[in-house]
Amino acid sequence: MAQIRDGAGRKVGGVVALTLDETAAKVPGSPVVGPMTKGRRRRAVSRHLRTRWQLWLMVAPAVAVTLVFAYFPMYGIQLAFREFDFTAGLTGGEWVGMKYFNQFFTSPLFWDLMRNTVAISLTTLVVGFIAPIVLALAVNQVVGLRRKRFTQTATYLPHFISIVVVVGMLQVFLSPTTGVIPNFLSFFGVTDTNYLGDPDAFVPVYVISEVWQHCGWNSIIYLAALSSIDTHLYEAARVDGASRPQIIRHIDLPALIPTMVVLFILNMGGVLNAGFEKVFLMQNPLNLSASEVISTYAYKIGILQSQFSYATAIGLFNTVINFAFLVLTNQLAKKFANTSLW
Amino acid sequence: MTTTTLRPTTLRRGRTLGDLLFSIGLGTFIVLVLFATLYPIYFVMIASVSDPTLVATGKVWVIPQGLSTFGYEQILADPRIWTGYRNTLLYTVVGTTLNLVVTLPAAYALSRREFAPRKFLMFFFAFTMFFSGGLIPIYLLYRDLNLLDNWLVFVIPSALNVYNLIIARAFFENSLPEELFEAATLDGVGYLQFFWRMAIPLSKAIIAVIGLYYLVQHWNDFFTGLIFVRDYEKQPLQIVLRDILLSNQAFAGGAGGAGGSGGGAYAQQFADQIKYGVIIVSTLPVLLFYPFVQKYFEKGVMVGSVKG
Repeated sequence: MAQIRDGAGRKVGGVVALTLDETAAKVPGSPVVGPMTKGRRRRAVSRHLRTRWQLWLMVAPAVAVTLVFAYFPMYGIQLAFREFDFTAGLTGGEWVGMKYFNQFFTSPLFWDLMRNTVAISLTTLVVGFIAPIVLALAVNQVVGLRRKRFTQTATYLPHFISIVVVVGMLQVFLSPTTGVIPNFLSFFGVTDTNYLGDPDAFVPVYVISEVWQHCGWNSIIYLAALSSIDTHLYEAARVDGASRPQIIRHIDLPALIPTMVVLFILNMGGVLNAGFEKVFLMQNPLNLSASEVISTYAYKIGILQSQFSYATAIGLFNTVINFAFLVLTNQLAKKFANTSLW
Repeated sequence: MTTTTLRPTTLRRGRTLGDLLFSIGLGTFIVLVLFATLYPIYFVMIASVSDPTLVATGKVWVIPQGLSTFGYEQILADPRIWTGYRNTLLYTVVGTTLNLVVTLPAAYALSRREFAPRKFLMFFFAFTMFFSGGLIPIYLLYRDLNLLDNWLVFVIPSALNVYNLIIARAFFENSLPEELFEAATLDGVGYLQFFWRMAIPLSKAIIAVIGLYYLVQHWNDFFTGLIFVRDYEKQPLQIVLRDILLSNQAFAGGAGGAGGSGGGAYAQQFADQIKYGVIIVSTLPVLLFYPFVQKYFEKGVMVGSVKG
């Protein structure tokens, strides 16, 4: 017993100390008199561990995995400011400050990468945000439980298809010589249809397939919010002679606003996250001028060319912008919509 | 018509022209959405068993034409796909088991209100959803831990998904009656025992939900193989799929090699039939599973939307 307790206690010792004051203050009947003495603090720690060690044990694997695989790489971010040295490891290289950031900002590719990344992620963000709301409002109006369920079930089926398969489907459907979509369009005399190689078509193809895949799934949360609306509101509206569009406008839509705000903040946290996998898989030499984004560039620089410091700097830039947008949107939402993540 | 006029006040009589138009518009919209969602999947199915020449020249739209099993024969004969299948099955089973072992106890501990550090721990976990060290520090860490080209890279680093942790915690918090815990404590039952004997049996729904989320995550994982694994014998199905579907790599028997610009349309259409077949073969488990489990998937989103 004691061994396990110590083990768990040691692993997360810093955490215990951090939250200890709160524990002691909240236990009913514990006298809160001035700052804690050393002895009292130790007694509180040992009591906390005596009663809660099993909880610590349960959370320990998750903490360990997160520390190693999420927090330790954050510690490795300093590589962005150092010269990578194979013999010295992650943190041993010479300090070079902003060198690699400057190299990125002055790179001739910088503005192309920024423009492509923002174009893809912002379009996805806007369209991908609105489409599920529209779908949820529409599905909610479907009369008959079975028909409604079928519509829902069918629309979120594509969510479970892998990205590789979705891009594979895009390629066979859009293939200029044999694809089903060029074949279909040729009935109407549209012939010049190389959507896979045309840089101008990249964003539309990306966003439309994104909506196809995730719109239904993302609408579930809105449908949940709609199903929790008090039915008295609908009855009252009908008595007042409201039409169905009016009911949508004045009852359904307002009920979705809190959910919309939360999801919008979360989405803003990915403003520079043009999904690496899908963009990477859709890339080809012909559309590269529209499809090279920050994350795919960092992959090529870092993993394929082993310029570790430079790639870390590019990745850090991406993360920081995303995080800044998340915090900014959260603050704005807190101020103007009274809803926020924290 | 006469019967409707006899009824006192039916809804139908109260409907205005506007309502009628709305219903028509709504119906059209829903039908279009359903068509756009399901037709591509349906088309892949019929194209995979149709004569490739008819598919390529736009003769196949609704029902399969000139049955051909060429694509499936090629797929069955290709060892890469079965190696990928075997690897993905292994990673999915081991990975999902580990996921549940890590996630469920942690979620339960974090659901206990008297566990004072839980607020801090939630922040500790949630922060990683929005901030990460980035690709290169992760790559170098895996290298130091000998995880590169090691099958464990598919299961250990992804052992915890914070989103699933939050869902499971919300479920434990809202669905387990507190009286049950109090009664058990009076009998001297500790947290671990209560979790194992009471919480788990009462939480089959949430175990199914996050189990399925993890399952799909592993099944569809492409990134891990791309970045961290070079040895083709260890690659999962998604990497093999990428090579067949997107890189147009030569297939057993040489039929699929005519990719891009070099080969003519003739070879391309045979390559395409293999692709249609591969899409079906790789997605079939998910599609077969889907009707039975979709209600659980939905439930997960609902639980998760309860603000925790």
